[in-house]
Amino acid sequence: MRITGAQILIEELIRHGVDTIFGYPGGTIVDIYDQLLQHQDRIKHVLTAHEQGAVHAADGYARACGKAGVVLATSGPGATNLVTGIAAAYMDSSPLIAITGNVATSMLGKDSFQEVDIIGVTQQIVKHSFIVKRIEDLAGIVHEAFRIATSDRNGPVLIDFPQDIQQALYEYQPSEERDPQPEPEHPSESDYQAAVTAIRNSRCPYIYCGGGVVRALAGTEVLQLAEKLQAPIGLSMMGLSGVPSTYPLYLGMTGMHGLYAANLLQSEADLIIAVGARFSDRATGNVREFVKNRTIVHIDIDPAEINKNIHSRIALCGDIKEILRHLTSRLEEKYNPQWLARIRECRRQQQSWQAKPQAFDPQNIISLVRRYCDGDAIVATDVGQHQMWVMQYYPFSRPRTLITSGGLGAMGFGLGAAIGASLAHHRRRTVLFTGDGSFGMNLIELATAVCQKIPLLVVIMDNGMLGLVHQLQGRFYARRFSQSFLNRPTDFAGVARAYGAEGYTVSSLPEFDEALHQAFLRNTPVVIDCKISQDREALPMIPPGSSIKDIILK
Amino acid sequence: MEEKFTVGMIVNNQAGVLNRVAGLFGKRCYNIDSITVGETENQQYSRMTIVSRGDEYTREQVLKQLSKLYDVKKVCLLPEESAISREHLLIKMHIPAEMKAKATEMINSFGGKILDFWDDCVTVEITDSTQMIDEFIHLAARIGILEICRSGCIAMVQGKESPLTVTDL
Repeated sequence: MRITGAQILIEELIRHGVDTIFGYPGGTIVDIYDQLLQHQDRIKHVLTAHEQGAVHAADGYARACGKAGVVLATSGPGATNLVTGIAAAYMDSSPLIAITGNVATSMLGKDSFQEVDIIGVTQQIVKHSFIVKRIEDLAGIVHEAFRIATSDRNGPVLIDFPQDIQQALYEYQPSEERDPQPEPEHPSESDYQAAVTAIRNSRCPYIYCGGGVVRALAGTEVLQLAEKLQAPIGLSMMGLSGVPSTYPLYLGMTGMHGLYAANLLQSEADLIIAVGARFSDRATGNVREFVKNRTIVHIDIDPAEINKNIHSRIALCGDIKEILRHLTSRLEEKYNPQWLARIRECRRQQQSWQAKPQAFDPQNIISLVRRYCDGDAIVATDVGQHQMWVMQYYPFSRPRTLITSGGLGAMGFGLGAAIGASLAHHRRRTVLFTGDGSFGMNLIELATAVCQKIPLLVVIMDNGMLGLVHQLQGRFYARRFSQSFLNRPTDFAGVARAYGAEGYTVSSLPEFDEALHQAFLRNTPVVIDCKISQDREALPMIPPGSSIKDIILK
Repeated sequence: MEEKFTVGMIVNNQAGVLNRVAGLFGKRCYNIDSITVGETENQQYSRMTIVSRGDEYTREQVLKQLSKLYDVKKVCLLPEESAISREHLLIKMHIPAEMKAKATEMINSFGGKILDFWDDCVTVEITDSTQMIDEFIHLAARIGILEICRSGCIAMVQGKESPLTVTDL
């Protein structure tokens, strides 16, 4: 059967299990939109307000359900508007398929209207990219794109699709599995032996989880290892939600704004088993201090991460779930009462810094939201102080319920990502914690949330400033607050209403409680603007490049 | 310690592949001393040789990061002691009459071939190791260089082993 390139694309998307696409139409992609109209019973298209919202939504979708998220945009400005979103997916290893229209192949390279070499622009922020120059390659390219995005260490793949190829006719043959997939690496017996010996010899073992644990759903395996070793678990920001926070030896986030006990105990451990983590500078601080006097056992799917940021003498490279099972089965039970006592002591110390019960403090705000949500609710964040507070105080219990931009730290990520994440689970209840800075960047996607009837609660930690920048300036730039005060008269609740959502402005905990009560009666978007104090910093904080010795607690 | 090292690769013979490889070096701040690309006996694949500099850490990362590129099918280090490496030089020299005998002797001693000559000007080709080519250029500079063009290094493992064959792809 001879069909057009645009039709072949849709057939292939359906074959690869795509049920939802996020995007925005335009001149060079109108053929695909024509086909989407005809297949709207099989693929739902979510029209956003801006391509950036669409790409964050596709990323959020992928992070929430593990399947590849798909975003569609036109050439030129449509394509360049995807760049931040592709970079966010790349940094956090999220499986994203970005499909861009382009001018006809005969017009390429001539600075045609809305022509951009998007392959060139995105080259260093994709796992791979394709331009479809021959219709006969199309089905195979789509197939490869999905395989690349969702295999090994996941990541974004871009398909640039010139308009004449979308229109070309071709005898369509569904894509076939090409060569058998290369098996991921397996650690050797001697690698396991080295790891087992190091773990046996350790007195104070510590398990440190990164985003790989969430991606691989390896929480159970991590807990089995932790149980056997009686080792505490700390997590990088991307690792949060990977293991339930209810686990007795769970310490929470480590790193620059990590919790006191999690960081301190990490610095006292004689062995760190790092699982699915890449040792970002925000997670390690000073690398020399991080590795000093301790053995690192690094478990990761990506061989290039071994010895990239941290030199680990012992590495187990491959599927982390499988490796954890093998490793745990080779180990005997461990029990060091002194280490356990020390863990208890550090946590007790940490608990003494609770916010006052009725204060309108981020900690209480987050706890109150948690009381209204069940463990399944998806929590998305933007980037800034509010993000750090969520990481510190929200007790995550299920994997993939946290959607946040870690590696790239892209302000404006949250709203689009929250919409995508909710849709990945048939409009699941989703809470977006954001700040007045981040929310201001992409709040236009409220239009999308309203039209899609997303049961979305947006909680703005509104302190009238760019809090993390302000904090850096206050601490390290002698209080020279250059451009970090916003103090804008924007009425976010009014903005929400203008978009057709509900909006509340609150400045005390009882008011917030009442607004939450109202919000949870609805299944549509609600924005609650929380006017919080400017004095509250995101603490603890380990200054960039420093270690636990320099931790700022007050 | 920073050292020169040579990496051989088999890559897909497609537009944009050189860009991806060079872009990776740029992004990760690795050096490229020279880079050469040419088709293999199988038109689907090209062979690339890159000469780079760096310590053991860089060397390990270069190999691992290159291996992750979709278009890179094979990659391996070509150690100096066990690889044959060659570079091609075209050099145009100005040779004053009184230097002619000395220059001819020098060119011959490097196995050079005179491709073209005009009055006091010759174009010579030499194929040798990078080190010998450097040495020839050094000596030629004393006579008079008008223009040089170097191919960059190509290399292959000695003996029966052929880690970069394309016959098994």
